[in-house]
Amino acid sequence: MSEFLQQLLNGLSLGAIYALIALGYTMVYGVLRFINFAHSDVFMVGAFIGYYMGKLVPEGTLWGGLAVLGAAMIGCALLGMTIERLAYRPLRSAPTLNVLITAIGVSLLLEYTGQVFFGAAPRNFPAIFPVRNFSLGNVIISSNQVIVIVVSVVLMVVLQLIVYRTKIGTAMRAVSLNPKAAILMGVNNDVVISFTFGLGSALAAAGGILYALNYPSIDPLMGVMPGLKAFVAAILGGIGNIPGAALGGLILGTVETFVSGSQFSTYKDAIAFAILIIILLFRPAGLLGKFTVEKV
Amino acid sequence: MLTVTDLSVSYGAISALGGISFSIPQGSIVTLIGGNGAGKTTTLRTISGLLRAKTGKIEFLGEDITKLPAHKIVARGLSHVPEGRMIFSNLTVDENLAMGAYLLHDKELLAKNREYVFSVFPRLNERIKQMAGTLSGGEQQMLAIGRALMGSPKFLMLDEPSLGIAPRLISTIFEKIVEINRNHGITILLVEQNANLALEVSSSAYVLETGRIVMQGESKQLRTDPQLKATYLGG
Repeated sequence: MSEFLQQLLNGLSLGAIYALIALGYTMVYGVLRFINFAHSDVFMVGAFIGYYMGKLVPEGTLWGGLAVLGAAMIGCALLGMTIERLAYRPLRSAPTLNVLITAIGVSLLLEYTGQVFFGAAPRNFPAIFPVRNFSLGNVIISSNQVIVIVVSVVLMVVLQLIVYRTKIGTAMRAVSLNPKAAILMGVNNDVVISFTFGLGSALAAAGGILYALNYPSIDPLMGVMPGLKAFVAAILGGIGNIPGAALGGLILGTVETFVSGSQFSTYKDAIAFAILIIILLFRPAGLLGKFTVEKV
Repeated sequence: MLTVTDLSVSYGAISALGGISFSIPQGSIVTLIGGNGAGKTTTLRTISGLLRAKTGKIEFLGEDITKLPAHKIVARGLSHVPEGRMIFSNLTVDENLAMGAYLLHDKELLAKNREYVFSVFPRLNERIKQMAGTLSGGEQQMLAIGRALMGSPKFLMLDEPSLGIAPRLISTIFEKIVEINRNHGITILLVEQNANLALEVSSSAYVLETGRIVMQGESKQLRTDPQLKATYLGG
């Protein structure tokens, strides 16, 4: 029983990170109908901003950790908005395929520019938050897990409030449902799209910091695998659906952790993707997605 | 209020509008009638900035708006209720109305507009928390018009408000259109396939045929025009 709870806890904290990244994929898909492959590299940049900022604050303090987190989120929000402005906006009226290929290009650009600036060798991520272990019976909860879960929950609640309670959030949903009609309401769609990239990238940065806290070896290609998993999570939950991305992330993280802890641990990635295929066979639009025919 | 001069629009190599001119005086209801593919919707979309004119000029309240982006044209007080209604189906009726007032920052005016919309379409108030996609066709049209009214427009363009609506509701909606014009002084440009109805509520009309204006005049006179009768009014 305690092993089950321990694994569940580990799984949920990994899943929360996937969820944070998945939200960015799903929001951008919502407003632009394409997969921003560079998103996983924004996640990586978030971790590196954390690495360098971590040197400026005293190690192992809560306020220092939060300051690093905030700096990474702001930095990546700006990066995401810049990517959108320079790479995607000029292609607004181009076919989706062109934008997808551009996204892959931006992804490679970030990865290999990262290798030029940060070097290809892995670096040790500093312990920016205080580290302590709590035990609850036989279940050990690390302070990092608590931080991951608390930060993710807070960010998801804030996101929910932005999307459902603010004017810009309503505009985001309106653009996602019908961009032409949104323009006719006086919405400047470019501003809304830019905002969406900023928001998604900030969440990816938070994901990058939290991921690096738990797997403290970072390198310029670190985004590839978690990015792919988060992308799967977004599809699993129903791409374009915000609660779906969060749910997909949690499911994927939990399953992966349970498989890692079993005798099939070498197959953990294969099993994660097999689950995606099986779920999509039965629910082609994802768990919370609505099946719609793409209009041509 | 709105003056269109020698406007032409094309989709790639295909010409949709071949140099049309018309003007709409303040406070009037003017209608644009014509068959499928005559260029009625293209005209409205070009005025509201969704499409770009190839040549010609569109002036609104004395200002040249031909090259203005669509969201800035809305800000000038020109509101377009598009064909097929284009409501936000996964947003509630309330949120749809809020989107209509997107550019409005005056809270008092917003509350006043809401009340006005509910006085015109009480049905919307009853459905306020419902997802817009679950409304009937007629209710969706009311929502589309109501949403446009939320932004305090000076000029309203309605594209086929009778399309896909129960016949019983069509007359209600047209009564409301006249009411909005009379009681609120909003100038209206109405595009309709149902020429009879359009000529009944409007003061003047333009007849569009394959991208050109082929006839124009007072609605009263056009209703008795033998040629128009034969083509659009069903004998």
